[in-house]
Formats: sequence, structure tokens, C-alpha cells
Amino acid sequence: MDFLATVGRAFLAFLSHVGRLSAFAGTAVSHVVRPPFYPRLLLRSMIEIGYYSLPVVGLTAVFTGMVLALQSYSGFSRFAAEGAVATVVVLSVTRELAPVLAGLMVAGRIGASMAAEIGTMRVTEQIDALTTLSTNPFKYLVAPRLLAGLVMVPFLVLVADIIGVFGGYIVGIYKLGFNPASYLARTWEYLEPLDVISGLTKAAVFGFLISLMGCYHGYYSRGGAQGVGTATTNSVVSAAIMILVFNYIITALYFGK
Amino acid sequence: MSGTPKIKLTDVHKSFGQKVVLDGVDLSIARGESVVVIGGSGTGKSVMLKSILGILRPERGSITVDGEEVIGMRSKDRDRMMLKFGMLFQGAALFDSLRVWENVAFGLIQGRGMERAKARDIAIEKLSQVGLAESAGDLFPAELSGGMQKRVALARAIAASPEIIFFDEPTTGLDPIMADVINGLIVKCTRELGATALSITHDMASARKIADRIAMLYKGRLIWVGPAATVDHSGNEFVDQFIHGRAQGPITMELRA
Ligand SMILES: Nc1ncnc2c1ncn2[C@@H]1O[C@H](COP(=O)(O)OP(=O)(O)OP(=O)(O)O)[C@@H](O)[C@H]1O
Ligand SMILES: [Mg+2]
Repeated sequence: MDFLATVGRAFLAFLSHVGRLSAFAGTAVSHVVRPPFYPRLLLRSMIEIGYYSLPVVGLTAVFTGMVLALQSYSGFSRFAAEGAVATVVVLSVTRELAPVLAGLMVAGRIGASMAAEIGTMRVTEQIDALTTLSTNPFKYLVAPRLLAGLVMVPFLVLVADIIGVFGGYIVGIYKLGFNPASYLARTWEYLEPLDVISGLTKAAVFGFLISLMGCYHGYYSRGGAQGVGTATTNSVVSAAIMILVFNYIITALYFGK
Repeated sequence: MSGTPKIKLTDVHKSFGQKVVLDGVDLSIARGESVVVIGGSGTGKSVMLKSILGILRPERGSITVDGEEVIGMRSKDRDRMMLKFGMLFQGAALFDSLRVWENVAFGLIQGRGMERAKARDIAIEKLSQVGLAESAGDLFPAELSGGMQKRVALARAIAASPEIIFFDEPTTGLDPIMADVINGLIVKCTRELGATALSITHDMASARKIADRIAMLYKGRLIWVGPAATVDHSGNEFVDQFIHGRAQGPITMELRA
């Protein structure tokens, strides 16, 4: 109950901040596309998001693929459709599970650390110091993180697609006794480019949202350690909610006919 | 004092919610002049500096720098304007993710596009002026003592030889000998290099040494402004009480026993 109340309150607070958030996003995007650029900072953010999230995303993907194979086998065997396991695994992973689960994991890892880092800079006046040194905080802090999220989460999801399918394959072959060649053939048979592309579109949107929420909550945090803690929590909760909402919207746009 | 004042505040008002902090501040600072603001803790001295820098936005009044209005200035113009400024924050506000020398060189590299190697040389030079060895340059701010951080922040404020320098309590937290070295450095910046300085201090010895003029802030207004030499016979009982540090007098601390 308490958890729901927290989520609900955060969501309401989020709605009341939509105006400020839109303004923040608009300013941030305008700085992404205008020089000066900070390639070193961009690279650092890309490594932080793309490389250091690989273990947690990979682990999530492999277990998701494995459990999906088990579940669909036990479910589908009730109407003698075990043969669909490979197809179910690859479609579920590429369309839904890889982007959503990777997005949520990255929100927890990256969104939180961005909010904490920028929030600490805010409350210790480092952001003010940036402006007095003729450096725009949007360009220096926000733009590289937004761009890195936008680019690197699709990369992570592509990796998760492959690892997730591999997880399903392992269970399919070694536990459920499928023939390797026919399992792989089944995996490819019904897979269409749009399945993967829609997943990657989601990933790009999620990556942008995760960075946006981390930067936004960090940027407007106030009041010392507690304020930074609140900003961190809010960035993760709001990013998670937005991921779920936008997941539905993008799915409806692609497949909602 | 002829020509446009370097900095001019006219009837500046700033409140936080119900709390009125600046209640009609007027001050004019000539080019090359060094003004020290004194006043009790929490009277709004730091708020006054931050208002001039555009970090805080006053509700009413006018602040001009070289005749140009800064209240409500666009961020792009502000970035350009900030090239004239150096600011020492009361809490140092060093970038904790960067090394000490990178902090000092930040305005040179990011704000002015100088090459790193050349900026590093200047940074090391500035560090030696505040009594820090070259080896300190490769440390991170968290590895320094409070007084050392303050001196690094001072080196950062003066690194780009700005036209206008703000020092928020430059000698707080330093030993008396180092404090005198820093006072000498501030005097050098203004008398020899011609910078305009606005400083805040509680240290009357420091104020006497670095100030051309002293201004006292009390209850949101500058109640006394005069040449540093006359501060001892200002004829103002508030100033008298403050510089002698007496608990008895017209200034009553809001304490409850
Ligand atoms: N961001 C802020 N939000 C709300 N109130 C603030 C903020 N910044 C300053 N204040 C309030 O404004 C008043 C003046 O603060 P300021 O930091 O200018 O004091 P000061 O004169 O520099 O004191 P000190 O000598 O102790 O540094 C304080 O009462 C403080 O509570
Ligand atoms: Mg102060």
C-alpha cells in the first residue's frame, strides 16, 4: 500500500512538473544540436552507459530468454504447439522484453547515478561555478548524457536481443531437447526486421527518457544530501513509469492496427 | 569617479518566499576599485554577489555591468558576460570529478578554448601563487583540506585574469599567515593587474588590507559605505559595534536563551 502511495504521489508530482520538464527538455535538446560540443564528456557518458551496463543487461537478457523458453514450452504443450517456442522467444525478446527490461535496469543504474551526480553538483554550487566559468551547464552536463542515452541504450538492447535469444536456445536445446538446427531455423523463420526495429526505437526513446529524468531531477534538486536522495529516487521512479507508458504508445503506433 | 561604473546596483530587492533578504541595495563600484562588504552572518552578502552573477534573480531593481543590464539577461549573453568575471565561492564549489589543476584551468580550457598543456602551466603557476605545490595539482579536491580547497578555488577564480573578481570570504578557514598571503594576492590582482574586486569578509584585518571602500550590509540595505581608512571613525554605531565585535549595541542577534 505504502509503495503504491509513494508511486502515486511521485506520479502526481511528476504531472505538476510537466511544464517545467518540457521547458527543460526543450532547452536541453536545443543544446544537443548547437556547438560547442564536448566529445570527451560524450565518450565518457557513452562508456558509462553502454559498456558498464553490459553485465547487468546481459544477465537480465539471458535469464529472460531462458525462462521464456521454459514457460512457453510448458504452456504451449497443453495444445501441442511446442514447436512455436523458438518463435515466441525471439518475438517477445526483440519486441518487448529486451527493450523494457533493459530500460528498467538502465534506469536504476544510470538514471540514479546521473541524478545523484548532478544533484550533488547543484547543492554544492558546482553548477553555479560552471556558469561563472562561462560554461553552460546544459551543454556541459545535460547534452552529453542525453545523447549518450539515446545512442547507447539501443546498442544495449541489440546485445540483449542476441543474448536473450541465446538464453532461450540453451534451454531449448539442453533442457527441452529441441534439435539445434530446427530451433535456429524456427527462430529466423517468422522474425521480421520490424520486430527488431520497433524494439530499437523503444530503446532510443527509453534511453533519452532515462537521461532526461536523471538530469532533470538532479538539476532541480535542493537541500543537501536529503534533496539529492529524493532526486535520485524520483529519477528512477519517473523514468520507470515513463518507460512503461511510452512502451505502450510506441507499441500501439507500430502494431496497433 | 568618472565614466560608467564597472558595476552598479540600484534598488535591488531579493526575497525567498516571505523572507526579505535584500531590501533596496544601492552600490556603485568604479573600474579598478576594491570594495569589501561586511555584515552579520545571514544578512545576504552571498545573495548579493550571486544576484550580480545572475545565479539568483532579484525581483526588483537594476544591476548593470559596464552599463549593460544583467537582470533577465539571455543565457548566451550571460556566458559571454561571465568571461569578465572570476568568482570564489564561499564553499569553494570545486568540481570533484576533476583534478585540482583541471579545476584551476577550467575557465581557460572550457570557457576560452585554450590548449590543455598551456592551460596546465598557467594553472600550476596560479597554484604556486596561493601556496600550493605542483604535486597538489594532480590530486582530487576531496583529497585536500578545507583551507587548501579554498585556495584552489581562489586560484580558479583568478586563473583567467578576469576584469572583475568576487571573493566570498577568501580568508575564512586559513591560518593567519596564509590569510595574509592571500590578502597580498588579492591586493596584487586589483592594484597591479587593475581588476575590479568585490569581496565579502568577516575578517576586519583582511578588510582593511584589501579594501578601497567598505560597505556594511544590515537588514537588507547598505547602511554605511565609506573609504576603508575611515571605518574606525565612521560615526555609525552599527559599524562600530560590528568592527569591534561587541555583543552589546544596536545590532541585536536574534538568539533565545
Ligand atoms: N537559495 C536560497 N533559498 C532560500 N533562502 C536562501 C537561499 N540562499 C540564501 N538564503 C537566505 O538568505 C539569507 C542570506 O543568505 P546569505 O548566504 O547571503 O548570507 P551571508 O550574508 O552570506 O552569510 P554568511 O556570512 O554566513 O555567509 C539567509 O537567511 C538564507 O537563509
Ligand atoms: Mg555568505
